[in-house]
Amino acid sequence: MTDTPQAVEVNCTTGEVTTRPLTADEIAAQAVAAQAAADQAAAQEAQDKAKADAKASAMAKLAALGLSADEVAAIL
Amino acid sequence: MASTYTLISSQVLASSASSVTFSAIPATYTDLVVRASARSDFAGNDEIFVIRYNSDSAANYSFRYLQVNGSTAGSGAFSNRTTEWALYTNGNSATSNTFGNLEMYIPNYTSTSSRPYSSFGVGETNASSPAMIAVLAGLYQGTSAISSISFAPGNGTNWLSASSFYLYGISNA
Repeated sequence: MTDTPQAVEVNCTTGEVTTRPLTADEIAAQAVAAQAAADQAAAQEAQDKAKADAKASAMAKLAALGLSADEVAAIL
Repeated sequence: MASTYTLISSQVLASSASSVTFSAIPATYTDLVVRASARSDFAGNDEIFVIRYNSDSAANYSFRYLQVNGSTAGSGAFSNRTTEWALYTNGNSATSNTFGNLEMYIPNYTSTSSRPYSSFGVGETNASSPAMIAVLAGLYQGTSAISSISFAPGNGTNWLSASSFYLYGISNA
């Protein structure tokens, strides 16, 4: 077992399976992909929070107008 | 309607690996299907698949997705990126010894024009934390027929042992 990440390649024509260490470029690309994934997760979380906040605000405003909780739930 | 569903190749990892690639894919089928059951070393519940066709690192990949995390729905869209994604599978904080599931469908993979693909994935987190589920529509804008597909974890470093990847060919005749 080595500390260097390993890439596995399956040749679909010959059936040969090759395992090799990642190149420096591939390791760098993996770091970029990880950052992109983290960015996407953060953006999704922010989007979800904004949506939840907007819903809570809408529910509060509707309740202030006199709608019951069941009535608010029925239209949201 | 597809009349054949042929296993082209498979890989079940005996030890951790940072990527799995199917290369030299025969151009003798109409469509491709990938089934994967995977878990990464990411210290979180949810992992994504980072996909490249033909080792193409140009900005030729776009996708849109719908997802549900517990009871919260979300969506996103990305264009002209250097990798394609498929969502979701398990990270290493998911329930021990569970693996997420992915199915991808790639129609007309020998075309040299833009090719769409679709995926459906779900994490198998059988604990108090919610599972992630997503459907995704992607577009590969490379100009060569797809002859290789690689899968790497986007959050973690390695796919863990026993992660499995299966590539099927679909023929219409």
